[in-house]
Amino acid sequence: MTQATPVKVVTANSLIEGDVVWLAKDGSWTDSLHNANAFTDKTDAQAALEQANLRQNEVVGCYLADMRLGATGLEPAHFREDFRRRGPSNYAHGKQSQG
Amino acid sequence: MYQYDEFDRAFIAERNRQFRAQVDHRIDGSLTEEEFRPLRLMNGLYLQLHAYMLRVAIPYGTLNSAQLRQLAMIATRWDKGYGHFTTRQNIQYNWPRLTDVPDILDALAEVGLHAIQTSGNTIRNVTSDQFAAAAADEIDDPRPYAELIRQWSTDHPEFQFLPRKFKIAITGSPNDRAVTKAHDIGLRMVRHGNDTGFEVIVGGGLGRTPMIGKVIRDFLPVADLLPYLEAIVGTYNLLGRRDNKYKARIKITVHENGLEKVRDLVEAQFHKIAPQFDAAATAQHLAQLKQQFAAPDLPPRDDQRYHDARRIDGVFRAWADTNLHPHRVAGYSIVTISLKPHGGTPGDATDAQMTLIADLADRYAQGEIRVSHEQNLVLPHVALDDLPDLHAALRKAGLATANVGLASDIIACPGMDYCALATARSIPVAQEIAQHVDALKLEHDIGPLKIKISGCINACGHHHVGHIGILGLDRAGVENYQITLGGDGSEDAVIGTRTGPGFAYDQIVPAVERILRAYLDLRRDRSETFLQAYRRLGADPFKAALYHTEQEDAA
Repeated sequence: MTQATPVKVVTANSLIEGDVVWLAKDGSWTDSLHNANAFTDKTDAQAALEQANLRQNEVVGCYLADMRLGATGLEPAHFREDFRRRGPSNYAHGKQSQG
Repeated sequence: MYQYDEFDRAFIAERNRQFRAQVDHRIDGSLTEEEFRPLRLMNGLYLQLHAYMLRVAIPYGTLNSAQLRQLAMIATRWDKGYGHFTTRQNIQYNWPRLTDVPDILDALAEVGLHAIQTSGNTIRNVTSDQFAAAAADEIDDPRPYAELIRQWSTDHPEFQFLPRKFKIAITGSPNDRAVTKAHDIGLRMVRHGNDTGFEVIVGGGLGRTPMIGKVIRDFLPVADLLPYLEAIVGTYNLLGRRDNKYKARIKITVHENGLEKVRDLVEAQFHKIAPQFDAAATAQHLAQLKQQFAAPDLPPRDDQRYHDARRIDGVFRAWADTNLHPHRVAGYSIVTISLKPHGGTPGDATDAQMTLIADLADRYAQGEIRVSHEQNLVLPHVALDDLPDLHAALRKAGLATANVGLASDIIACPGMDYCALATARSIPVAQEIAQHVDALKLEHDIGPLKIKISGCINACGHHHVGHIGILGLDRAGVENYQITLGGDGSEDAVIGTRTGPGFAYDQIVPAVERILRAYLDLRRDRSETFLQAYRRLGADPFKAALYHTEQEDAA
């Protein structure tokens, strides 16, 4: 088995809806972690974060989240990011309801 | 009940107009998030894990039926069809869009509600006894005083940027149902001879550094209430620390400076500012407020149907045994509607349930509803003979769970399922404990028990004052749950004691079960409650039960 690579993604909440978004490869905001741009280089990640922070009319609270990039794609390194990806555990609301 | 006057209506309308403009300015880019954040927080709007969250104040936990119907309408129209009642007698909407919030605030204003000062370093919603003006043990209705405090504290120019948030609770009963000793200021109504006044408690609070409040004044005449509160908050505003967020609450101010010094400063300030208050005008205003809160006229009613139903209907009897509280008027009862169905989310009510409860309040309970800090709803004035019909209607809507005050009547904060500050989940732990004790049919045998769960050290779930408290933490990237025992939020308030190492998510329910089984083995008889048994025996036998099995499992 290949080891999952530690990577970083830029994430935030969207300004109007407040829902979780990730920075995609094409520079847009995506609501699917699957489409997020994974940074293996810390300097690249930091630069992307600084750029993202300028987009205040689109998102709130940008930060870098730790992920693991494995055979099945991006997986959160921490359970908090797993909840952000999925939604609450008591109702099928949030991301998990979007199919 | 209090109805907004012209001043209130104009003030709320103006604030809502300002906030609508602030939202517009945020969206068009003329306000940055850094500039907008304190403005939205002043109006109760948070940004949480998955969405915005709007926290609406329910002053002193009192609602009329029209207000509850409007809360239901908001849940339908702008949220996901439910609301979450909190430990501070607020309701939270978990999914509003930023652009809808100004409309929501206008809809709240239509029924005399707002979200002002439900966040930020201000004086928050004044909380009170959910059984006010109905309980048999009450000295006086605390709500006119609470409304007076709401009016004094709302938009108070000196207290918009306190060192930290500031929470006041008030009770009119010697049996404290408002956790007054765990608030920045707790007010307990007391009588000295023919005079009614307040015992003033200061510096209580839970969170990172839990403290039981200390009595700063053992008898405060009613006439001195506002100047004395202003003296306390004013003293804190100057003396409280602003260098460290974790040492900024008044409990730390009192702890670091000593009660004597704080008392001397408060008394000096009180004597300085008291002449600036128009005591006669306040007394007159208070008299008007008391008229608005006048208890409803409850005509004499028979109780034959009630006793017949108890005899023939075991389900009704079980509910009546747990969910009713003695009313001061013969032939009436106070009904607690459990928002804790086994496996449900503590404190959540759907729009349909809220609408039904509003209708039932109109039909059976003088149109009044209360919100308890234990995240249940209350119908304060129900005739005993109406209880069988009320119970039947509640049952159809999944609102007749007979568990108030029992093991499954759990307080739980939203935890990491919603809250951006949380370090672990609370809701699923509460759900699983409730389902487990229900499956084992244990909770009626166990009797009175308060389990309280917080998903982080801020302790919104009041775990320190739970008979069994559970605190969810992040330990090396994994959810871990610490247990405290022997806490008590009543007039005999005590902070619980930590048992030892915490438990993994999948081990916390079995751990709680071991404590419950230890209690059943250790108690003298059924009349000795969990808390009494704990106080008699101390923590050791419970710890032995808790950790002994752990070691065997590990072996």
